[in-house]
Amino acid sequence: MRDPKKPFIPERDLDKSPVLECVELGIDFGGLTAVDDFNITIAPTEICGLIGPNGAGKTTIFNLLTKVYQPSRGSMYLEGKDTKNMNTIGVNKAGIARTFQNIRLFNRMTVLENVLVGLHNEMDYKLFGTIFRLPSYWRAERIARERALEYLSIFDMQDMADYKAGSLPYGSQRRLEIVRALATNPAILLLDEPAAGMNSSETEELMENIRKIRDMFNIAIFLIEHDMKLVMGICEGVAVLNYGKLIAKGTPEDIQNDPQVIEAYLGTGGGERENA
Amino acid sequence: MKQFSLRMPVRYLINACLIIAFLIIGNIITQGELLSRAQNNIIIQVGFFIILAVSLNLSAGYLGQLPLGHAGFMAVGAYTGAIFWRMGVLPDGASVVVGLILAGLAAAVFGIIIGIPALRLKGDYLAIITLGFGEMIRVLINNLPSITGGAQGLAQIPRHSTFLVVYICMVVCCLVIHFIMKSRHGRAILSIRDNEIATESCGVNTTYYKVMAFVVSAFFAGIAGALYAGFLGILVPSDFDFMMSINILMIVVLGGMGSMLGSIVGAIVLTSMPLLMVDLARYRMIVYALLLIIVMIFKPSGLMGTYDFSLSAIIEKIGRRFSSGKVEKEKAQKGGDGNA
Repeated sequence: MRDPKKPFIPERDLDKSPVLECVELGIDFGGLTAVDDFNITIAPTEICGLIGPNGAGKTTIFNLLTKVYQPSRGSMYLEGKDTKNMNTIGVNKAGIARTFQNIRLFNRMTVLENVLVGLHNEMDYKLFGTIFRLPSYWRAERIARERALEYLSIFDMQDMADYKAGSLPYGSQRRLEIVRALATNPAILLLDEPAAGMNSSETEELMENIRKIRDMFNIAIFLIEHDMKLVMGICEGVAVLNYGKLIAKGTPEDIQNDPQVIEAYLGTGGGERENA
Repeated sequence: MKQFSLRMPVRYLINACLIIAFLIIGNIITQGELLSRAQNNIIIQVGFFIILAVSLNLSAGYLGQLPLGHAGFMAVGAYTGAIFWRMGVLPDGASVVVGLILAGLAAAVFGIIIGIPALRLKGDYLAIITLGFGEMIRVLINNLPSITGGAQGLAQIPRHSTFLVVYICMVVCCLVIHFIMKSRHGRAILSIRDNEIATESCGVNTTYYKVMAFVVSAFFAGIAGALYAGFLGILVPSDFDFMMSINILMIVVLGGMGSMLGSIVGAIVLTSMPLLMVDLARYRMIVYALLLIIVMIFKPSGLMGTYDFSLSAIIEKIGRRFSSGKVEKEKAQKGGDGNA
């Protein structure tokens, strides 16, 4: 458990760069190459977007980064560390946290408990301490509870702490997923379509929140999104994927003017969403 | 807002009082001539079936897997306890305690051996592999006559399973599992049930917690097995066949998967049923089946759903209602805690 006297937001050494580096990452499913030759470098407090048509392999890349799939080729470094022999749990501990395209909350647990699962590795008492209710248990639980409420307060969700996660409205479920991911104390946060199903005012709010999280926690954010307003509005770098291959990388302006990207994804209408 | 709530020590005190009260009442009833022998036996049987159901509920209800080999762990515990007690190396009191712990540990070891390969699988596959392992244990016991007495069974086991022993084991089992569930370990187990991939992406070692739940479950099944041996005084391998696993699972499902209270209620209802229908003994299985069908139609989540009983929560609820009016008095009575 972290020392309670230390500030709520962990300090991060921002000189260590980059936070995520992928070199020629690729995966095959049977004979089919889903992702090939994927290179990206994300700086410590960068907000980076990943766009591309449906089926381009965006979520597959997230699954590769979080080791839900083991890559067939290439390597990936988290804050300089090679993730070769890590599994999903290992890369999370090494500093990567994610949300899911189809929300995966612990629906039958309360909102607070969901965040506490995110804080699991922050608590250090053992099974013995649990069964005999040793002081280490009480102390760790109390600190974790306070911390969970602090995390929930980022989105003003403290009042929902005792509700079942499954009973929350859709937008709050998405926010709770982000809170749970943040609770694992990541260096980089992966958001898989965070604005899916949101109207334009909710999307605006989300954009502000993403910026707020980045500034508060000093973390990098890598997001998949179809909403071009969001991507072009907050991302500092954008990568475009088509048929499992990167076709362009650059600032939002570069991407909007890239003829290949316009042809593959954006369309000649310019900047409008194609996949509703 | 000011809310009435109980401090943790007060909660523990209330529960401790309740546990002791039940113990005294139970002891008076079973010691005296109030009940017939059959009724006394049922009370003890209810005790170890509660242990079996509550421990199975840990892996079936909370962890969300479907193990069908609970009788196997019970058999390991039963034979370990019985063999140790028959040796009679220790004075009676110590012998009971050591025998029970040994029985639990032996079952837990089998739990690790079976759990590690079995928990790589999910759903039906896990059900079948645990079913197979359960049967393997039974066949193994059948074919080791020099140690276990083989198919003829093991007789003259000291009858250690008095109400007191069974009751203490039951309380310990319920408390330990309750404590585990209200901790980071328990939350990990529950989150695996709800979504395994999300649990892993939160950095929780899912394999470890699955095996842990399975092993704790096996440990208490082993203790229940030893109590079973000490209750009957004779063991035959066929006691621990597939039907025993199904019976335990039936208790859990009837009571409500994921509710400890449900498992306890289920165990009481299903175990004491034969007593209530002495005249209908022949139709017992039909009544069982009907009861299950009716519950599954009208309340598919089981009698208790996932509701768990908390006396303190009820007292707090009453307290809050009172506290709007006579705050002071209520606080003083409950040793209350002002502003929590």
